Amino acid sequence: MAEKTMIEALNLTLHQEMEADDAVLVLGEDVGVDGGIFRLTEGLIETFGESRVIDTPLAESGIVGMSIGLAVYGLKPVAEMQFSGFSYLAFHQLESHAARMRWRSQGRHTVPMVVRMPYGAGVRALEHHSESREVYFAHTPGLKMVIPSGPRNARALLLAAIRDPDPVIFFEPKALYRSHREEVPDEAETLPLGEARIVREGGDITLIAYGAMLKRTLEAAERLAEDGAEAEVIDLLTLSPLDDATITSSVFKTGRAVVVHEAPRSFGPGGEIVARLVENVFYHLEAPIRRVTGFDIHVPYFAREQAYLPDVERIFEAARETLDARA
Amino acid sequence: MTDRVHLDRPRLLHLLEAMERIRLFEAKCVELYQTQKILGFLHLYDGEEAVSVGVIEALRPEDAVVATYREHGQALARGIGMDVLMAEMLGKVEGCCRGRGGSMHIFDAKKRFYGGNAIVGGGLPLAIGVALGDKMQGREAVTVCFFGDGAAGEGEFHESLNLAALWQLPVLFVCENNLYSMGMALGRAEVDTDIARHAGGYTMPAEAVDGMDVVAVEAAARRALEHVRGGGGPAFLECRTYRFRAHSMFDAQSYRTKEEVAAWRDKGPILRLTRWMTETGLLHAGDQAAIEERVKAEIEAAVAFAEAGTLEDPADLLKFVSMENVPQEGAVR
Ligand SMILES: Cc1ncc(C[n+]2csc(CCOP(=O)(O)OP(=O)(O)O)c2C)c(N)n1
Ligand SMILES: [Mg+2]
Repeated sequence: MAEKTMIEALNLTLHQEMEADDAVLVLGEDVGVDGGIFRLTEGLIETFGESRVIDTPLAESGIVGMSIGLAVYGLKPVAEMQFSGFSYLAFHQLESHAARMRWRSQGRHTVPMVVRMPYGAGVRALEHHSESREVYFAHTPGLKMVIPSGPRNARALLLAAIRDPDPVIFFEPKALYRSHREEVPDEAETLPLGEARIVREGGDITLIAYGAMLKRTLEAAERLAEDGAEAEVIDLLTLSPLDDATITSSVFKTGRAVVVHEAPRSFGPGGEIVARLVENVFYHLEAPIRRVTGFDIHVPYFAREQAYLPDVERIFEAARETLDARA
Repeated sequence: MTDRVHLDRPRLLHLLEAMERIRLFEAKCVELYQTQKILGFLHLYDGEEAVSVGVIEALRPEDAVVATYREHGQALARGIGMDVLMAEMLGKVEGCCRGRGGSMHIFDAKKRFYGGNAIVGGGLPLAIGVALGDKMQGREAVTVCFFGDGAAGEGEFHESLNLAALWQLPVLFVCENNLYSMGMALGRAEVDTDIARHAGGYTMPAEAVDGMDVVAVEAAARRALEHVRGGGGPAFLECRTYRFRAHSMFDAQSYRTKEEVAAWRDKGPILRLTRWMTETGLLHAGDQAAIEERVKAEIEAAVAFAEAGTLEDPADLLKFVSMENVPQEGAVR
């Protein structure tokens, strides 16, 4: 056991799984000699060499397309996009090929590939460097969409993603890369994809969040507790496939829910989550479900980054209104 | 307008001052970064000033410019006011993009300055469209598109070169080859490090020029523009240059040696010009000091303007997403 940042924890996963499985390889822009734009792949090229840690030219479509080709023939590429905002250049390969290979070949070809990318606010840079467009991928059948919330679950989920037989989009909340440390066991551990976690129990209201918004949501839950309401907080961890069972049973119990994400509001993950709750627990709802989200704008320049993001206050207020609503 | 470079003393001093404005503006930005008045990414042009100054000197007001996220040099050379540029860097409403673009996304509709683009290679297809639009609507203008050596790896680079040549569009491609894309040395990224030769493959005149020599850059730009303005279709200019500092504000720079950087610094565009002007007797004692004094005063005024500016009201952030939320006074043209 050692205390690790998310960067170190993810680096550990890559080291261990490359050690354990010769089929795993890492590729992307500056992932080798330079150790990665966030220094996440540091040390890999020294240990595993240039044939398994591949520095590519700037060619996002090429990186992802090539990874698909590697994967259909039995390798397990872990590709990096330097920022999720650059993955749009590779979107075609993800959408048109990675997501469909199993379908088209009736299961004869699979794409056991991971595309890692930092997403969300956190480096005080605007737009592509801060945005949160997980729905593009979650909306695409055939892609899995995973977003960890801390060093330990990041490490375990990345390992599960590498071992998963299908393409996984792995969004790393860059705001959490170095924000805190957590105990991470030395021996490899995985968490199942597609399972959310209840990280705080409570019977009055369910707060659903993921990624960098989890911490703020937990803080809001503490404030609610001071205010006399016990919130249950769910960390989704996987957006697609979404863990209906955990969400449903929690809201079945509490009758109230708030969904939090930093992605823009319209057609965001919250829309899907609320729809499922309406389908599954409508008769048990005590109040309208609320969403606390980013706005339908591009992530602004540094001075207004925080104005864009959901904060503890907004989450608390939305929860309070939900709690106070009378059916 | 003639397409030759005149090399009299006033012109050379003018070129020197244009480069000093960029150099000193950015030095001030570094200070402001250190005191956290500017945050996020700040890609400095230190060492590459001759490229934007040389090329933009050869432009006419009606020409269009498309640049990258390393575009402070282009913005200043194109005549975007230092005051509104500085306000933009600080995220102030008084900035040329209401403080929404900052360092990487500088635009100016009046100057036909189409960004500022954070996506490597992203500006190239845009430039093709601007040039095609000019051609279709009978405007005699050239679109100059700046991009780095790294952009040559992206598909959009190749699509754009082909389109421009296929349709004989009035585009001048300017590759700022500083030998690295972030930590990636050109020789590890391109099968042919002679980037001008890529363009030759698309059947357009292509020239590689010493990007540290502002006079040579301007002369080459004028030659290329003569071809484009004459209806000969696109042209390509590779400017061989070097970035003296980290990719953005900080990087470990493990990809190059201190000696390499020092050697290039010694060949820097400002040194290069002042040395030559001194040797030929065209630089007089006090010339450079006078330029610096003037530029520093301009910078101080720009900083004062920027610092006195205001941050956008968060409620206003909802504006300018689509036409419906463009304010009536119509700030978008
Ligand atoms: C499509 C895309 N991929 C990656 C990046 C991250 N990135 C920003 S600048 C840069 C290097 C670009 O190098 P080059 O084109 O040579 O321009 P330079 O920075 O040297 O001026 C990279 C990889 C990006 N902005 N856009
Ligand atoms: Mg470069």
